[in-house]
Amino acid sequence: MPEAMSVGRGSLAKRAVGRGATVWKMDGVLFAAVIALSVIGTLLVWSSTRMWSSAEPTGLLKKHVLNVCIGLALYSAVAVYDYRRLRTWAPLFYGVALLGLLLVITPMGSTINGHHSWIMLGGGFAVQPAELAKPALVVMLARLLTPTAEGTKDRPTAIGVLLSLAALGGAAVLVMLEPDLGTTMVLLATTAGVIVFAGVRKRLVLLAVGLAVAGAAAVWSLGLLKPYQVARFTALMDPSSDPRGVGYNSTQALVAVGSGEVFGKGLFHGGQTTGRFVPEQHTDFIFTVAGEELGFLGTVTVVLLLGVVLLRGLRIARACDDRFGALVAGGIVAWMAFQTLVNVGMTIGIMPITGVPLPFVSYGGTATFANMISVGILQAIHVRRPFAA
Amino acid sequence: MTRLRGRLFALQVIVIAMIVVLVVRLWQVQVVQGPKFVTVATETRTREVRVPALRGAILDSSGRPLVVNRSTLVVSVDRSSLERMPDGGDAVLRRLAAVLKKPVAQLKQQIRACGPGVARPCWPGSPYTPIPVANHVNMRSALQIMERQEDFPGVTAEIESLRDYPNGKDAAQMLGYLQPVTEKELEKREGLKANYSGVDLTGRDGLEAVYDSALRGTPGLRRVQVDRMGKVITVDQQSAPTAGDILITSIDEKVQRVVENSLAQAMQEVPQSDGAAAVVLDVKTGRVIAMASRPTYDPAVWTGGISEKDYRWLLSNKSGKPLISRALKGEYAPGSTFKISSVSAMIADGEPLHGTYQCPSSFNVAGRAFGNAGGMSLGSISLHEALVKSCDTVFYRAGYEEWQRDGGNKPKPHTKEPMANMARAFGFGKPTGIDLPGDSPGLIPDRTWKHNLWTSTKDQMCRRAKTGYPEIKDEARAAFSKRLANENCLEGFLFHAYEAANFSIGQGDVLVTPLQLARAYAALVGDGNLRSPRVGWALVRPDGTLVKEIPVPIVRHLPINDETRTYIRKALSEVPSDGTAAGAFRGFPMNVVKIGGKTGTAEVWGKEDTSWFASFAPADDPRLVTVVMVSQGGFGAATAAPAVRRIWEGIFGLGKGEDNKPVKAAMPDGRPPTRLPVIRKDGTVAQ
Repeated sequence: MPEAMSVGRGSLAKRAVGRGATVWKMDGVLFAAVIALSVIGTLLVWSSTRMWSSAEPTGLLKKHVLNVCIGLALYSAVAVYDYRRLRTWAPLFYGVALLGLLLVITPMGSTINGHHSWIMLGGGFAVQPAELAKPALVVMLARLLTPTAEGTKDRPTAIGVLLSLAALGGAAVLVMLEPDLGTTMVLLATTAGVIVFAGVRKRLVLLAVGLAVAGAAAVWSLGLLKPYQVARFTALMDPSSDPRGVGYNSTQALVAVGSGEVFGKGLFHGGQTTGRFVPEQHTDFIFTVAGEELGFLGTVTVVLLLGVVLLRGLRIARACDDRFGALVAGGIVAWMAFQTLVNVGMTIGIMPITGVPLPFVSYGGTATFANMISVGILQAIHVRRPFAA
Repeated sequence: MTRLRGRLFALQVIVIAMIVVLVVRLWQVQVVQGPKFVTVATETRTREVRVPALRGAILDSSGRPLVVNRSTLVVSVDRSSLERMPDGGDAVLRRLAAVLKKPVAQLKQQIRACGPGVARPCWPGSPYTPIPVANHVNMRSALQIMERQEDFPGVTAEIESLRDYPNGKDAAQMLGYLQPVTEKELEKREGLKANYSGVDLTGRDGLEAVYDSALRGTPGLRRVQVDRMGKVITVDQQSAPTAGDILITSIDEKVQRVVENSLAQAMQEVPQSDGAAAVVLDVKTGRVIAMASRPTYDPAVWTGGISEKDYRWLLSNKSGKPLISRALKGEYAPGSTFKISSVSAMIADGEPLHGTYQCPSSFNVAGRAFGNAGGMSLGSISLHEALVKSCDTVFYRAGYEEWQRDGGNKPKPHTKEPMANMARAFGFGKPTGIDLPGDSPGLIPDRTWKHNLWTSTKDQMCRRAKTGYPEIKDEARAAFSKRLANENCLEGFLFHAYEAANFSIGQGDVLVTPLQLARAYAALVGDGNLRSPRVGWALVRPDGTLVKEIPVPIVRHLPINDETRTYIRKALSEVPSDGTAAGAFRGFPMNVVKIGGKTGTAEVWGKEDTSWFASFAPADDPRLVTVVMVSQGGFGAATAAPAVRRIWEGIFGLGKGEDNKPVKAAMPDGRPPTRLPVIRKDGTVAQ
């Protein structure tokens, strides 16, 4: 359409919302799913934090709404941006993320809830560099695994793969030092996904899987994990073995989700939520609030909405004719899929307890920003797909 | 790009599979197992909290308080919620210690469970009960704890009622004490294992134990929603506790005070005495007017949990074991006070009431001379004089002849044993059945008892008769012990003549409690009915309505006729004026209140004599019986009789006190109230 050619010209308003403006070329379904998840997340954050302070029951709710709004602004800004230029900026982003992670383990870092993963900015605001490291790593990996600017090769170079592993290693080691096992696992899974998408040989993939299994066994037997981390894995096997210790979280999460039954007890009416039996129920365990108060219908809705986000992301990746873009989109999907699986899985007893937030739903400013930016990147790729006009 | 798209497609398959797995698992957890988790959730969230009822007061016969409640702020710790914390509640206890200004170590001792190898301080109660760690907490500290619940999870500060003893140590053993209920008792009592708010106490001794179920009331039940720290969010349902009944006793607090003071003085005057007891009974009703035991203690030590030091002290020999009431648990040889039974046995056995009896200075019992105290010889006397002067040889003769009639050392198939049987008819040898725990039976040694004792010990004795006592260094003593063992082995079943003679004057193996002696005298000088004494008079609801009056059961009628009873009473009425207690009662205004009584001086092997005086007043129409016993107190006339005199003076308001002012009558005319005190609707006592 001729109007498509006029992008970048005309009045600002016309550029923003006029016919043929970028906004109309975006993936509406993806956007709607993200908005729906954010709304549900906002309600759940409200429900799970209203009893914190009788004086200001909406204190955290307000902060969360502000976070989501900032996130949407970032989303919009990224969506209209030409993602291909990210390739150039990738090392910078990655470097900034690494620097952030480095600062965390210096005395500038702060500990919240036993996790030493924050940098206080003052005024009650704090960032969690590990969350920002996720999209930064994806972009960096996509660049490393796309050897030439107009990459047409189907397989990555050996040096690219090694550099990718180095990029992962840099971030993962720093995250591990916090220590944050959950995020380390997310980074690992994401990197594995991007490398596989990039086209390494199948036998190499199989070899890596074999090595990973052997490595896991070695870590286990050599006792490299902290006792509580081991205990969490053990508790996964049998949560009732120690209901007041590590298994407590797992058991309480399961009880909260299960007691919601089909229709849930209604928003703000969950007894387990009100009694705060599940810890971290506004962040890592927010899915239990959905489980108890919104029931099976609510949890399936959340899972399906996340499924929509993931599948639309994959659709965007596959429609992209640019290797870099496809890898970025695929990496974002791999990351979010893994995080969804772990987060939902740990509340229903099929995954170990690890501290990862549920995308778009959990409270947490940095995570919200990272998620929104990533969806913005997906939209930017979508907008510039072939035959988009 | 084809390979890339292919691999992205693989991810799509994985994502869809993942969604399917999650949905299936959610269906399993929420739909299939949902109801089960609803139950679990309700269990973790709701607590049944029992609210103990206000315990009923214990009042005296005029409605004066003996045991009442006083409210106080108590800080309690819930051990189960501390255990759930990662550090085992260490931080909470440290903060609590700072607020309460107590060492942390002490708090930790207080909340550990009692058990083998764990000495007090420890918690003997149910582990589901919050454990009180501090009483009399000031309001400021309590508020600090209440307002900063996030700093003090599992710690509560509540107003609780504690037992208060306005009369101090008076009647400590009779009133008893409270201790936390054990888990087992609780399950037995209520069949439920609930969580507790406040402390659930149960009576462990005395009236608190016997009337526990009435005093305790009915606890209320609260079902509450709690958060993970155990903090109450909402109250679902509530049933209010019903306060316990008030126990009105027949105790007269003023008389009790007189009795306590008199015993204290007796103990003070005879430093070697190791215990004393006094019982005052209402002759007409059989109710207890006062009962005291020495050594005593302050029952307030139990309030809010006893300390290890205090507990050890109460059980130690050094303190003289003041928890034990000598009045109903102490067994002592009665000495001459026992002669009321012996003389009744003589009459019942056919000896003449108005006959003449010989009182030589000594009497030959199977080749052994049994003498009167001080070699007293009165020639031919009446039974009256035998009692007044306490002539032992009259009774030795009777006891010995009775023994001979039964066949002596070769007993007839059916022995009569009149003295032992009469003693049992007077209520000796078995518990009185008083409404207090641990009432001792005493001992009436007769032929059957002797035979049973021999049966149970003969094997050991016969073995010792052969092997001797090689462990005893002193050869002479070892030889003596061996000879004794041999004798016991061969003829230990024999009830000897000297035993029969000793029995007649309340010596030898016979043992009675002061309470038994008091009720025997009450039966003798009263209507001839032997009663099971009662301390409790009535149970009244807190609003004043009568639940029930506690009856005094009649055990039996004494098997002697009224003429004999009157004869004995008249004889005993001369004892304080002309007999063995004349010295102790010199100057007593017998014209105002005539006192009757009998002294007793019981020899105890290796110890000082037990001093007794059993007394009644007014002698012509007795209303009250008072018995005083002072262990290792010496002569009955020297220690017990003056103590009884002080009690009568206090009751009737006779003579002058230490301050030289006339003594105020504790119970004017010696008439106990016949009507229950009136409790008003608001629980106060009408004056």
